[in-house]
Amino acid sequence: MSKPRTVSLFIPCFVDQLLPQVAVDTVKVLRRVGYGVDYPEDQTCCGQPAFNTGYWDEARPCAEHFVRVFKHADAVVCPSGSCATMIRTFYTDLLVQSSLRQDAIALAGRTFELSEFLVKVAGITQVGATFPHSVTYHAACHGLRELHIHDEPLQLLREVDGLTLIEMVRSEECCGFGGTFAIKFSDISAALGNSKAESVAATGAEFVTATDPSCLLHLEGILGKRRASTRTIYLGSILAQDGLAQKSSAQEKS
Amino acid sequence: MSTAAQRFLQDAAVKSADLMHRELIRHNLDSYDAAHLKGRTRIKDWEAARQKCQEIKREAINHLDRYLLQFEEKVVARGGHVFWAANSEEACTYVKNLATQRGVRTVVKSKSMVTEEIHLTPALEKTGTRVWETDLGEFIVQLRDEAPYHIVTPAMHLNRGQIAELFREKLDSTIESDDPTDLMAVARRKLREAFFAAEMGISGANFLVADAGAVAISTNEGNGRLCTSVPRIHVVVTGIEKIIPRLEDLAVLWPVLATSGTGQGITTYSTLIGGPRRAGEADGPEEFHVVLVDNGRSRLLADAEQREVLHCIRCGACLNICPVYRHVGGHAYGTTYQGPIGSVLTPHLNGITEFQHLSYASSLCGACTSVCPVKIDLHHHLLQNRRNATEAGATKSSERIMFRTWRYAMMHPRIYALGGWSVRKALRVVYGLGLAGSILDPMRVWNRYRSPVPLPTESFRALWKKDGRKNLGPS
Repeated sequence: MSKPRTVSLFIPCFVDQLLPQVAVDTVKVLRRVGYGVDYPEDQTCCGQPAFNTGYWDEARPCAEHFVRVFKHADAVVCPSGSCATMIRTFYTDLLVQSSLRQDAIALAGRTFELSEFLVKVAGITQVGATFPHSVTYHAACHGLRELHIHDEPLQLLREVDGLTLIEMVRSEECCGFGGTFAIKFSDISAALGNSKAESVAATGAEFVTATDPSCLLHLEGILGKRRASTRTIYLGSILAQDGLAQKSSAQEKS
Repeated sequence: MSTAAQRFLQDAAVKSADLMHRELIRHNLDSYDAAHLKGRTRIKDWEAARQKCQEIKREAINHLDRYLLQFEEKVVARGGHVFWAANSEEACTYVKNLATQRGVRTVVKSKSMVTEEIHLTPALEKTGTRVWETDLGEFIVQLRDEAPYHIVTPAMHLNRGQIAELFREKLDSTIESDDPTDLMAVARRKLREAFFAAEMGISGANFLVADAGAVAISTNEGNGRLCTSVPRIHVVVTGIEKIIPRLEDLAVLWPVLATSGTGQGITTYSTLIGGPRRAGEADGPEEFHVVLVDNGRSRLLADAEQREVLHCIRCGACLNICPVYRHVGGHAYGTTYQGPIGSVLTPHLNGITEFQHLSYASSLCGACTSVCPVKIDLHHHLLQNRRNATEAGATKSSERIMFRTWRYAMMHPRIYALGGWSVRKALRVVYGLGLAGSILDPMRVWNRYRSPVPLPTESFRALWKKDGRKNLGPS
């Protein structure tokens, strides 16, 4: 595709409702590197919660709604690898018999998670961010294994002024969130989350970051319950720190 | 909720909170990981090898009818017998009758998950036959009266101290050492007696080679060869999906299986057996039987979407990498096949109503799919199983109502926005009253293990409406 000048933001429902700062920071980063940003206000949810729970008949109309809302976008950028995966990987399965299937396939080719958009599409690794803190990186599953995002987030982090990157053990092991899995199998999800929290703690880093605020929402809760000193921060929120306002935008508690 | 689901939830909760269990499994699997990664470097192009294995298995499964008949013809021509068992009962009855007719009193078994699946050992024991598991791990779990903890390493959950204790109790009260070599010697002495007493040896098969009419068995302990060559009768019990077209296919399948299973370049013993002892041969059984077990497999074959699940070569790699398996362990599943492949397969073999919960007991992280040596799309099959479960009406009706309501909101952006605002507001009230985690907290399951989610006063869409078009971002 030719380089888009304006991108359409796909803000996952949980980010919209619970983590608006993640979306605000995404807008900041995209604008700072020179993109126009559009937010189609009719968007809701990509349908993943129903899809992953097996309710494909309930997920399908949401997916169709999504395709209708975004089908004229030059490029869609999403601050979550998991929700981008829904469009990229799962819509073709879900909409196999839909009249919008061709639109969905085309849209999948124009939908990106933020870090892969910056590195692979825009060709930018230096976004002019300053974040004088130690950070460890959790490789979120859907970004890693569905979208094959390996090095892009690390390339971006390495260019952040003042940031110290500390590698964690088992960085590619799942944090245990898994959407409705976190509720249906709460004990197992928490056990996985606690293992991840131990890996995070072992780094001694001030922050843990990832391409997926859904993992971080879960992990923030686990770390909070453990009264751990490490906080979570979305990758895009680090990239949005411009050195002017040094207040931490770690996911805010209200 | 099915009884299997209730048991799984309870056992998984207990095991996943058991940190000693986690450390033991992690320790064992970390050494597996290291061996596996090193093993992979011995193969010039691992991805190409996976691709080749996938193609071989796909060809075999798509022409199962032809290759199985070819295999049968060759085995029968050499004087062997082939029995087609539609289900567990038919398979068990065949072996039981054979044992009775031939006056078999002692059976030695080498490792076979299919015999676990069809519960062959208890069926034989009911007729008064003594059955010995001779794979060391299987021998240990048999002494403990447990199911295998893992399809490849059945006693992985035990440390040597526990094994020494078990041997003292069951085999020889004078054992003092818990040194693995000493313990192995105890087991070996005991099992030698069984090998030479047994009239029947039962094995599984890693592959059935169609053009050679041969059973391929990969083992590490030498017990497999004793089981298949010392007793008068050798019975192979295996699933119909183990077929491969050509002998030369083993050139890639054997090393890939060994690498994925244990990190070895090839297993210590790789054996091909084509029939009973022939005139002039020094050893081998007088009788050779192959029991080809269907037991739900042809139902899976009919399912074009999930047929490739039959490609599985039972290497165990998906269990080893699975974070859920690593936390809940093998026994919590309550199934013959554990981990991702078990969660995909069991609802097909044993019923979707009883076992659909296993398809949900995954975060869908996809680690399993990334290591599968025959490239089965495991985590996407879990998703399809979930869809099949809701379509079969096997999930809770309250859940269906919830998702229908959710769909309505998602189709109407204003209702969605209002709904989100109301829920956040309501939760703020509940938490403001200090009721987080109480019965009045709709998020109490979440909050049992986590601090509450943030509840901002304004959603992003509200912020955007206010001034996002202009003011968000750098000025």
